[in-house]
Amino acid sequence: MLEIKNLHVKLEEEDKVILKGVDLTVEAGRVHAIMGPNGSGKSTLSYVLSGRGGYQVTDGSATLDGLELLDMEPEERAAAGLFLAFQYPVEIPGVGNMTFLRTAVNAQRKARGEEEVSAAEFLKLVRAQAKLLNIDAEMLKRPVNVGFSGGEKKRNEILQMAMLEPRMCILDETDSGLDVDAMRLVADGVNALRDGKRGFLVITHYQRLLDHIKPDVVHIMADGRIIKTGGPELALEVEQNGYADILAEVL
Amino acid sequence: MAAPKPRSDLRAELTGARIAALDLPQGGFTAPARADALARLQAMGLPTRRDEYWKYTDPTTLTAADASPAAVLVDGEAPVFGALDRLKIVFVDGVFDAAASDELSLEGLEISRLAEAGDIHWAKGLYGTLESSGQKPVARPLAALNSAAASDGVLIRVTGRVSKPVELIYRHESDASDAILHHFVKIEPQADVTILESGPGAARFNSVMEVDLAEKASFHHIRVQGRDHHRRAVTHLFARIGAGALFKSFTLTMNGALTRNEAVLDITGDHATAHIAGATVGDAKSVPFHQDDTVFVTHAGTHCESRQVFKKVLKNGATGVFQGKILVKPGAQKTDGYQISQSLLLDGDSQFLAKPELEIYADDVKCSHGSTSGAIDDTALFYLRSRGVPLAEAQALLVLSFLGDAIAEIEDADIAEAITARLEAWLARRR
Repeated sequence: MLEIKNLHVKLEEEDKVILKGVDLTVEAGRVHAIMGPNGSGKSTLSYVLSGRGGYQVTDGSATLDGLELLDMEPEERAAAGLFLAFQYPVEIPGVGNMTFLRTAVNAQRKARGEEEVSAAEFLKLVRAQAKLLNIDAEMLKRPVNVGFSGGEKKRNEILQMAMLEPRMCILDETDSGLDVDAMRLVADGVNALRDGKRGFLVITHYQRLLDHIKPDVVHIMADGRIIKTGGPELALEVEQNGYADILAEVL
Repeated sequence: MAAPKPRSDLRAELTGARIAALDLPQGGFTAPARADALARLQAMGLPTRRDEYWKYTDPTTLTAADASPAAVLVDGEAPVFGALDRLKIVFVDGVFDAAASDELSLEGLEISRLAEAGDIHWAKGLYGTLESSGQKPVARPLAALNSAAASDGVLIRVTGRVSKPVELIYRHESDASDAILHHFVKIEPQADVTILESGPGAARFNSVMEVDLAEKASFHHIRVQGRDHHRRAVTHLFARIGAGALFKSFTLTMNGALTRNEAVLDITGDHATAHIAGATVGDAKSVPFHQDDTVFVTHAGTHCESRQVFKKVLKNGATGVFQGKILVKPGAQKTDGYQISQSLLLDGDSQFLAKPELEIYADDVKCSHGSTSGAIDDTALFYLRSRGVPLAEAQALLVLSFLGDAIAEIEDADIAEAITARLEAWLARRR
């Protein structure tokens, strides 16, 4: 479903190469995890896939269901079914969470030539999803992420993901800043979306998130490349021994 | 070769030419106030760019003997407050239109037309007084000109809680109109009124509203300065705010070659609240856009709170100006004064000029001010787009988000919604 081939990326402003040939395929229905030390390029990969500015792709491709993502605007990628759960969700004062969600859902539907969802129907859908994530009505009314705790922000990301029903979900360090209970809520939310068709790319530093969101495949990323790929046991190995052994082994 | 004329002569010449072009009303209970205003105007002279408070805004078109013509914008947009139940008072190019207005009566109010008020009137001895006292320490000659020459306006005395807002509607129908309107609103103790204003007014529009708030009176003011691109306007709001009173004013400015909004708020009693806010959107793509908020808040009472919240969105070389002052007089202890002015510059050509001032003569006060200028936040824009919101729509959402703090100063949810709808329509036209 998601196919990344030989992806090379540098920073636009300075001559710094971040990704040095990433190859990665996520099949429909599967959960892939990417682990790696700080500065390995994990977050950059998520940003480049979702179309954030400031990066220049110098080589390679990234397709979703055969469509080249790298040629699309961020909103087109979203409409094509890509979703990025941010490591640091952005606060948008003055824009209600509900308004934002409905605008996003309808914009995507419109882009796909589908009918917009009515306010009443939308309210019903949001309430059902919000309940699963323990998001109360008050949080839906408040401006997007303003005054939300770390856990609330991450749950809000998952709520957006659930409402937008993407084909391919990228979670960028969704576990950062979460306590155990919040992490479980978020993981439950993600697991509820595992329907055998949707793909997931879970970026994380730590094994602990993967206790809750069980991956099918684990990749280790270092210095802008995937240096090792394995099953869930690879994450446990990292947890016990750190990255040093794997890095040494590859180099 | 003749020597160049001294500046004082040029000012006198400018002032003389303007006064000569005025059609000064005669007689009536306002005659002494008008004569006084005219004398003050002559003494002060009309402003020029050399005056400190006109450095950022060129007053030439406002002070010229004749108004520059301004095309009337014709489109099908519904009246901004059309969905609200309100008492309508209509002025067409600065002249009261009885046929288009509602009957001037409402429980809790006494309304009369300035041009028709008889000799025995509650406003006798009040007309022009707040304007006159508002001339110190900063001269406001265009307001004195207004008091001297205003040909129409309304006198509103509020005696109780009024059931619905009063809207002053200014229609612009003639390309060459030059309107001078003067209103006086007197709010008795505990009384409460909402005044709405809408419309571009005239090709050139000069308005003064004096608002006298007695003890525990409330005044809610929401103004929409409309969309005619070429029109020029100067407005003054003078308020005297008594003990425990509440003053709230919000202005939305969209388009206009020149808009200068001055507000002079005098907090005279203790435990009073005064909030003044403005949201401005200007696009100078086809016609210049220049909007100026000049605010002077004086705290004389103790335990009073004042807030100034001004937000401007500027595009394609538009200019925004904010000059805001908080003066805390000796003895005005426990004052809480706040002032923020911010601009969102949508391109590199637009500019925002800000001059915040604090002058404090009491030692137990809390006063703060801030002024910022910036572009749309790329991270926020990316966040919205990553959720599928198209670029133009995402930008519009962020513009509304930016203006949110100013709009939040409107207490009535229906009015706030009407204002937001106007802004959304303005933004949608620019996608």
